[in-house]
Amino acid sequence: MATVDDRLPPGEDPALLADDTFHDPRRRDFINIAAVSFAGVGALAIVLPLINQMNPSADVLALSTTEIDISKIEPGQAIKASFRKQPLFVRNLTPKEIAEADAVPVSSLRDPQTLEERTKAGKKNWLITLGVCTHLGCVPLGAGEGENRGPFGGYFCPCHGSAYDTAARIRQGPAPKNLVVPEYTFNSDTVVTVG
Amino acid sequence: MSFPWAKHYEPKQPLMRWVDEKLPLPRLVYNAIGAGYPVPRNLNYFWNFGVLAGAALVCQIVTGVVLAMHYAANGAVAFGSVESIMRDVNAGWFLRYAHANGASMFLAVVYIHIGRGLYYGSYKAPREMVWLLGVVIFLLMMATAFMGYVLPWGQMSFWGAQVITGFFSAIPLVGETIRIWLLGGFAPDNAALNRFFSLHYLLPFVTAGVIILHIWALHIPGSNNPTGVDVKGEQDTVPFHPYYTAKDGVGVAVFFLIFAALIFFSPNLLGHPDNYIEANPLSTPAHIVPEWYFLPFYAILKSFTADFILPAKLWGVLAMFGSILLLFFLPWIDSSPVRSANYRPTYRWFLVVLLLDILVLGYVGGAEATARNVIMGQIAAGYYFAHFLIILPLISASERPRPLPNSITEAVLAKHAGTSPAKTAMAG
Repeated sequence: MATVDDRLPPGEDPALLADDTFHDPRRRDFINIAAVSFAGVGALAIVLPLINQMNPSADVLALSTTEIDISKIEPGQAIKASFRKQPLFVRNLTPKEIAEADAVPVSSLRDPQTLEERTKAGKKNWLITLGVCTHLGCVPLGAGEGENRGPFGGYFCPCHGSAYDTAARIRQGPAPKNLVVPEYTFNSDTVVTVG
Repeated sequence: MSFPWAKHYEPKQPLMRWVDEKLPLPRLVYNAIGAGYPVPRNLNYFWNFGVLAGAALVCQIVTGVVLAMHYAANGAVAFGSVESIMRDVNAGWFLRYAHANGASMFLAVVYIHIGRGLYYGSYKAPREMVWLLGVVIFLLMMATAFMGYVLPWGQMSFWGAQVITGFFSAIPLVGETIRIWLLGGFAPDNAALNRFFSLHYLLPFVTAGVIILHIWALHIPGSNNPTGVDVKGEQDTVPFHPYYTAKDGVGVAVFFLIFAALIFFSPNLLGHPDNYIEANPLSTPAHIVPEWYFLPFYAILKSFTADFILPAKLWGVLAMFGSILLLFFLPWIDSSPVRSANYRPTYRWFLVVLLLDILVLGYVGGAEATARNVIMGQIAAGYYFAHFLIILPLISASERPRPLPNSITEAVLAKHAGTSPAKTAMAG
C-alpha cells in the first residue's frame, strides 16, 4: 500500500530508488530516531538531579562528627549522646559484663562478632554503639538508669522485643544485626570523636 | 458505553444545549451518575460504600487544603503549628478533628467496600480492571494516610516514620541507602517532614484521578449486584438517578451522623495520646502502634521472629507487602464462575472465617508482643495467606454452588412475592 513514507523525500537520491534498494533505516527514520534519542538522553539527564535532591543535603551531612566527653561515665553506667541526629550509646562495661560477653561462643551468634572486634584495643570496657535497633529503628532501652535491659543484660527494644547482650549483640527477637558500632577514635582517655 | 436502553441526554434549555455542543460535560455527568446510567434494580445498602468513599475523599481534600493554610512543615515548629491550629485558629480544632477522624471514616468505608467486593464477587470477570484499580487506590490511600500521620510531628508520628521507612532497610545490600535516600537524612528530620507534606498534598489528587479510572472501568460492564447474575434486559435495571442517588443519600446521611458523633463526642477515640508529645529522636515510646486501619498488616510484619533462609526482618516486610499485593491476583486465584457468595455455601463460611482472622490480626497488631500474642499472630497470618493461596483455589474447584436465579428480576420477585414468574408460568 502506498503511504506518505514510501514517497521519495525531498533531497533523497533518485538513484537509490532506481536500483530498487531501500536503506533501512532510511534517512528520514534516522533523523527521527536521532531526534527522539537526543531528547530521551536529555530527559534522563534531568531525572538525575530530581533523584539526587532526595539524598541528605550538605547541612545534614555536616553533622556527621561528634565529640563526646566520657570522663564522667562510671563502670556500669551508660550515656545517650546524639550522632547524626540519631541516639548514640556510650557504655562503660563492668568486668562482669565483659566476662559475660566473652563467655558466649561466637559461632552461636546471629551476627558473629567478639567484644574485641566491637571495641578499641586496650579500651575493651568502652562499648560505643548507635542506639538504633537494627530491626526497624526504635531506640532500645537499657542506657538510662533503671531501664529494662532485657534477658541478656544489654539492651532491650520495646517495639518488637529484640534483646541485645552486654556487647550489644543481637541474641533474641526479630533484629538481624548487632547494634551498629560507628567509626570513632579516642582523642585522649576521656574524649572520643565519633564519625 | 452503557446498556442500549440507557436514557439519552437531551437538554431542553437553550443554554444547556449550547454548553453541550461546546463541552459535553453535563452529558458526561448524566451518563456517569445521572439517569443515563442503568443500574441493577436489586442493589442493597452495601452498594452505598463507593459513594461514601467518594464523599470521604472530598471531606479530606477540603479540610486538608484548609489545614495546609495554617500548618508549617518544619521540624522546629510543626508540632507547635498543629497546637496553634487546635487552640488559636478559628474553628481550627474542628478542621483538624474532622481531618484526623475523616481518615478513619475513609478507611472504614473503604474496608466495607472491599468486603462487599469479596462477598459478592465484584472482582471477577468482567470487572477485573475495576478491582485492580481499586487495589491501587487502596495502596495510595495507605501511603497518604501514613504520611499524613507523620505531619503533626508527635512521638507516634516520628517513630511511625522511623519504623515504616525502616521497612526499606530490610532490602538486601541497598536497603540502608534507599532508606537514607527516602528520608534525606540518617533519621526522620526536616527533609523527611517536608517531602512527606508535599506528597501528602499530592497523592489525594492522584487518588482522585485513579478513582475516575475506577468508575470508568466500572461503567463498561455496569455495576455488579447481590445475585451476581448478569443484567439480561431493561426490566433488570433502574436509572441511577433518581433511584440510587436517593438510596445513596440515605447512606450519606448515616455516614455524616457517625462522623459527627466521632468529631464532637470522642475526637481522640482512635488516636494515641503519645502523639500529643513532641517528637523526640532520643526516646522511643514504650509501645509503638500504627493507626487502627494498619493493625492487621502490622501484625503480619511482627509475626516473623526467626531467620529462615532470609532474615526474619525481610520476611516480615515481604509478607506485609505481599498480603496486599496478593489482592492483585485475586480475580485469577478464584476461578469459580459464580460471583455472589449467596450462592456459594462453602466460600461464604470461609469468608466469614477470613473476616474473623483479620480481626484477630488487628488485635495482635495493637497488642504487646507477648509469647501468646506472637503465636496467635503467626497462626492468624498463616491463615490469611492460606485462605488466598490454598483454601480459595480448592473451594472454587470443588464447591457445588446453589442454583442461580435466571435473572435479577426473577430473584427480586421471588424474594418479595414468594413466587418467581418462571414458576408461575410453569404452574399456569
